[in-house]
Amino acid sequence: MNRITNHQLYRLIFAHLAEIIREPAVLFWGIVFPILMAWGLGIAFTQKGEIHFKAAIVKTITASDTVKETKLAGYLLANGTKKDSTYSIVLTNEKLGDVSLSFFQTSFANAYTMLKQGKVSLIVEDRTADTKYHFDPANAEAKTAYQLISNLSAYGSAFYNNNQSSIEPLTLKGTRYVDFLIPGLLAMGIMMSCTWGISYTIIDRQSKKLLRRMVATPMRKSNFLLALITARFTMNVVEGVLLFLFAWLYFGTTVQGSWPALIVLFLAGNIAFSGISILISSHTSNPEVGNGLINALVTPMMVMSGIFFSYHNFPDWTIPIIQYLPLTMIADSFRSIFNEGAGFMDVWREALVLTSIGVVSFVSGLKIFKWY
Amino acid sequence: MILCFQRNSYELCRMTDLDYIVDVRNVKKSFKDVQAVKGVSLRIKQGEFLALLGPNGAGKTTLVEMIEGIQHPDEGEIFIEGKQWKNNQHELHQLIGLSLQETRFMDKLTAYETMRLFASFYKLDTHRVDEVFKLIGLEEKKKSYVNNLSGGQRQRLALGVAVLNKPKILLLDEPTTGLDPNARREIWNILLDLKKEHNTSLLLTSHYMEEAEYLCDRIVIMDQGTILSEGSLEEILKIGGHHSLDELFITLTGRHIYE
Repeated sequence: MNRITNHQLYRLIFAHLAEIIREPAVLFWGIVFPILMAWGLGIAFTQKGEIHFKAAIVKTITASDTVKETKLAGYLLANGTKKDSTYSIVLTNEKLGDVSLSFFQTSFANAYTMLKQGKVSLIVEDRTADTKYHFDPANAEAKTAYQLISNLSAYGSAFYNNNQSSIEPLTLKGTRYVDFLIPGLLAMGIMMSCTWGISYTIIDRQSKKLLRRMVATPMRKSNFLLALITARFTMNVVEGVLLFLFAWLYFGTTVQGSWPALIVLFLAGNIAFSGISILISSHTSNPEVGNGLINALVTPMMVMSGIFFSYHNFPDWTIPIIQYLPLTMIADSFRSIFNEGAGFMDVWREALVLTSIGVVSFVSGLKIFKWY
Repeated sequence: MILCFQRNSYELCRMTDLDYIVDVRNVKKSFKDVQAVKGVSLRIKQGEFLALLGPNGAGKTTLVEMIEGIQHPDEGEIFIEGKQWKNNQHELHQLIGLSLQETRFMDKLTAYETMRLFASFYKLDTHRVDEVFKLIGLEEKKKSYVNNLSGGQRQRLALGVAVLNKPKILLLDEPTTGLDPNARREIWNILLDLKKEHNTSLLLTSHYMEEAEYLCDRIVIMDQGTILSEGSLEEILKIGGHHSLDELFITLTGRHIYE
């Protein structure tokens, strides 16, 4: 036992792990923060009960308003509830879920300000002759609000309740937003943990001259890197397991596909990003340059790899590129295992590509590594 | 005794005394446009303490780092116990102990864990680690995190790490910079003990005249990449009839050492 605990690889792994575990901030950002993010986003986008749309109405609704002349104002007067200067109406549908619409009575100028501030998603100009709707057609929420309000104005609230029999709500596991989110967060956790945990640690040790001091001993350089990767991988396992446990207990997330495939892919993802992290930290000892390099690597992937929202909203020509980004490959494969029941045969190509990316990056990084 | 080839000489071989543990021959090093070391030669005997004095930018650190094998000379040769760095790295790492200027160990490791980490690189067990803690007088701080140690304690830890492998030659780059006189004297006493007990050689760079005077057998004054004066304290003071190292230093460089 003494021989093992005196071995340089053991001592190096211990040292790297101790540095992580003994820093409360590291534990917060590595473990607590992803769970909080999963919880926050999971709650925010798991729409339960009533959906709420807010609009500004440029009109002072008075008792003389009738459905015949000013359709919306008249309808709100007859069927809505009034609180202060806001009229509200609830559209009900057992299968679709209820929708609540609020209308703030205000001036046109003020309505514009509210729109800019995101307090309302569209402005209704209710006039005797016609009704005008002002909103950004690129905003999906505003568009939905427009459809609902224009239908309400034309047909009354009954339109929302029609055709219940043709709607079949999906409540299957794997189709909720949170099911999309959790595998993405797991993938992102690997990327963030490796890049910041490995690259930044190396750059920091270089800038503090510790690396230089260590290589002026008979320490094996490969042991230093191996220990750093092992310590980070250990933390990634802990972070991943805790995030999954939370998702399983709180959201009922399950793995519908193969667990061994998931483990292989988790390993391949770690190899990919460990290799990339060694490569990007191989030639700089300046923490600010390192910061820039890491951000230049992770930010585009975080935005494009479809961690929070599907990357299919990007232009078609970008999709084949996005699909081969390492983070996309991990996230997509995790999702297919989690939600589509994929097995090893469905993800082995991705696992192989990711492992190759890691090995090639590691070897290239080691060749140009600036130890002093 | 060893045999060495001497280029550009009718003598193919020359006898070099093995008493010289470090033998630096006409070493040059440049960084981009700056010539940091301009052809320096110096030798250190086993058991000898040598101080390398010079103001900032004199080339001291570059010279020491070349001896440590961290940097490679553009020209010239460096022998440590008759061996050059190329192809002998593993062996030479066992011979030397060093402390770099401003090395920061891992903040969240204890002093003991830091020492054990470095001990593992030399395949040393906890017995040697305990011995070193006794030597540097830091036994009470074994369990303290490195970032909770004072400047003096950190320097003693760095010195402890440097002597773990019982090196034949210690290369210390400004080991007492920033320390108060008491902390500085504690380090000096540890070094003198090492000389007495293990006949360790020392190459030390410093800004402090009194450090060189108190500790070292020989003093080398460097500025702008060259050696300006070399010898024992008495010898170098005698040359210009100077009364102190400060005075000599100003005559040689036109500056104070701390500039």
